[in-house]
Amino acid sequence: MTHLLPLALRSAWNRRYSLGLTLLAIVLSVTLLLGIERMREAARTGFGQAVSGTDLIVGARSSPIQLVLYAVFRMGEATQNMSWASVEKLAAHPGVAWSIPISLGDSHLGYPVVGTTPDYFEHFRHGDRRPLAFAEGRPFAGLFDAVLGAEVAERLGYRLGDRVTLSHGMGGFAGAEHDDKPFTVVGILARTGTPVDRGVHIGLEAMEAIHLDWQGGAPVPGFSIPPELVAKFDLKPKAVTALLLGLHSRAGVFAMQRAIADNPDEALMAVLPGVALAQLWETLAVVERALLAISALVVAVGFAGLVAVVLAGLGERRRELAILRANGARPRDVFALLALEGCAVTIAGALLGTLALSGLTLAVGPWIEAHYGLALALALPTAAELRLLGLVVAAGTLVSLVPGWRAYRMSLADGLTPRV
Amino acid sequence: MAEALIELRDLVFRWPGPAGVCLDIPEFSVAAGEQVFLHGESGGGKSTLLNLLAGVLVPASGRLRVLGHDLPALGAAARDRFRVDHVGLIFQQFNLIPYLSVLDNVLLPTRFSKRRRERAGDARASAATLLGHLDLPENLWRRDATQLSVGQQQRVAAARALIGRPELVIADEPTSALDAARQAAFLDLLGRECAAAGATLLFVSHDQRLAAHFGRRVAMADINRVTMATA
Repeated sequence: MTHLLPLALRSAWNRRYSLGLTLLAIVLSVTLLLGIERMREAARTGFGQAVSGTDLIVGARSSPIQLVLYAVFRMGEATQNMSWASVEKLAAHPGVAWSIPISLGDSHLGYPVVGTTPDYFEHFRHGDRRPLAFAEGRPFAGLFDAVLGAEVAERLGYRLGDRVTLSHGMGGFAGAEHDDKPFTVVGILARTGTPVDRGVHIGLEAMEAIHLDWQGGAPVPGFSIPPELVAKFDLKPKAVTALLLGLHSRAGVFAMQRAIADNPDEALMAVLPGVALAQLWETLAVVERALLAISALVVAVGFAGLVAVVLAGLGERRRELAILRANGARPRDVFALLALEGCAVTIAGALLGTLALSGLTLAVGPWIEAHYGLALALALPTAAELRLLGLVVAAGTLVSLVPGWRAYRMSLADGLTPRV
Repeated sequence: MAEALIELRDLVFRWPGPAGVCLDIPEFSVAAGEQVFLHGESGGGKSTLLNLLAGVLVPASGRLRVLGHDLPALGAAARDRFRVDHVGLIFQQFNLIPYLSVLDNVLLPTRFSKRRRERAGDARASAATLLGHLDLPENLWRRDATQLSVGQQQRVAAARALIGRPELVIADEPTSALDAARQAAFLDLLGRECAAAGATLLFVSHDQRLAAHFGRRVAMADINRVTMATA
């Protein structure tokens, strides 16, 4: 083999442009494969970090996944609320460090309206226990103040001081607008890459206020309470959709969960966010598999390119191989020469692809994290990625045997005089 | 008399398919150290005979001994080894690998054959000597083979065929791309170097005019019973 190596190198250098293109195809395949794999991991992590630091999510008794869907992702609609009495009782429990009530149901141009308390901005955590930060402005204080998530502000082009009106339900029904009580934007949150970015946050009292003159999902005809008068009414909320709880000690979480489930006054349920999020992610497994299948196809296309380029170049190399053969190269040397080249190109492609991905991560990672909430860390390949790379190299070596075999047959048939 | 270097008896070779028998040689032998001019028209089976002698092809029947090796009895790998160890080859054209330097082209057989490497001694020095004898000045040695003239390329091929002193040098129309003056010069150099290396030379050509340079001349038609009409 050692006597072939210098020859293989010189020969490869002689064909550096076509080989370079092949290498490029493999580098791109590998970059894409690893990139998708990293994105998938980042998506899974990001998904799991949509909420963090919250020990329990409490809501009316239903399915845990549903509760997480609307309490964390603001998707779907709560069929039942929990009473304000239960909220006050839990908030006062000695084991509870903080609590964030969340009331959903309204929307603004498709973005969910989140009724909550200023505690939300103080205690809510996402990602790696990161608190919410204000890009501009401050938490809501007045009744008709609103705080926008980063995506809402950016997509709809809102600035501080702009006025927004909310729609009842998820919108789309004529006459189901709360246009008599507009809100003022007083704060815009920094991007988190979580569902918080899509929220329009208002106080629970404001949630009550805009529904004062409503009944059964529609304004009461001929009855309207102007905004300046709502303060005269009792704006204490009667019910909320969910309650996020932070405990003094994580050790108490299971006892607390049982206590809530056994609550005699109301049928409640407490969910550990991590567990429910993991369950929810499982339902997305098909998407994950689709992504992996796509990257496998990309790699297959890369190898098809490798084989095509090498096979196409074989005609040109026929004379070279015949000369080698006349000067002592055995057919198996010719075979080894081609297989060696394919294997080397694949390995180089795998290495360069990994490097290229690292470069890309450095270059656009922060941008991707800011815009899509996918935290792509610059890291050495994980065991799973190394396994993938190993598969790529093995597959590449296997497919490079095809041109090798062809050259072997050809050099046997040509003998010493190539039929060019 | 020592055993003949090349010894053929009742040798028959067929190509697969309707073309059928191509060679049928009752007797042909070459003694060690001889320089033989083998003449024949194209299509007369010259190249087939060379491929048989070099162990690339195997006869259907008959005796084929080269350097005492019973070639048909050897496996494909052993015939490959035999060729690189004992036979130097020069072709009509396209002898050199374009991406290797002149020197590396000459050294090629020593890469593949341990015997040629050992017999060459200091391979580089030996290559330098051969190139010098073949009138290739040192300033050409590092150049890519393709930068040389055709005549120079053929001389490089001759140096390569001779390195490591193989017992048999087979030249297949090596001068057909050269003009008459250079043909004569090349033949003289080749004959002289083969004699110096103690190599037997089998020179194949359709060009009768070259025959004068050789002590022994053989016509393909005289040794092959298959005539061109049937071949």
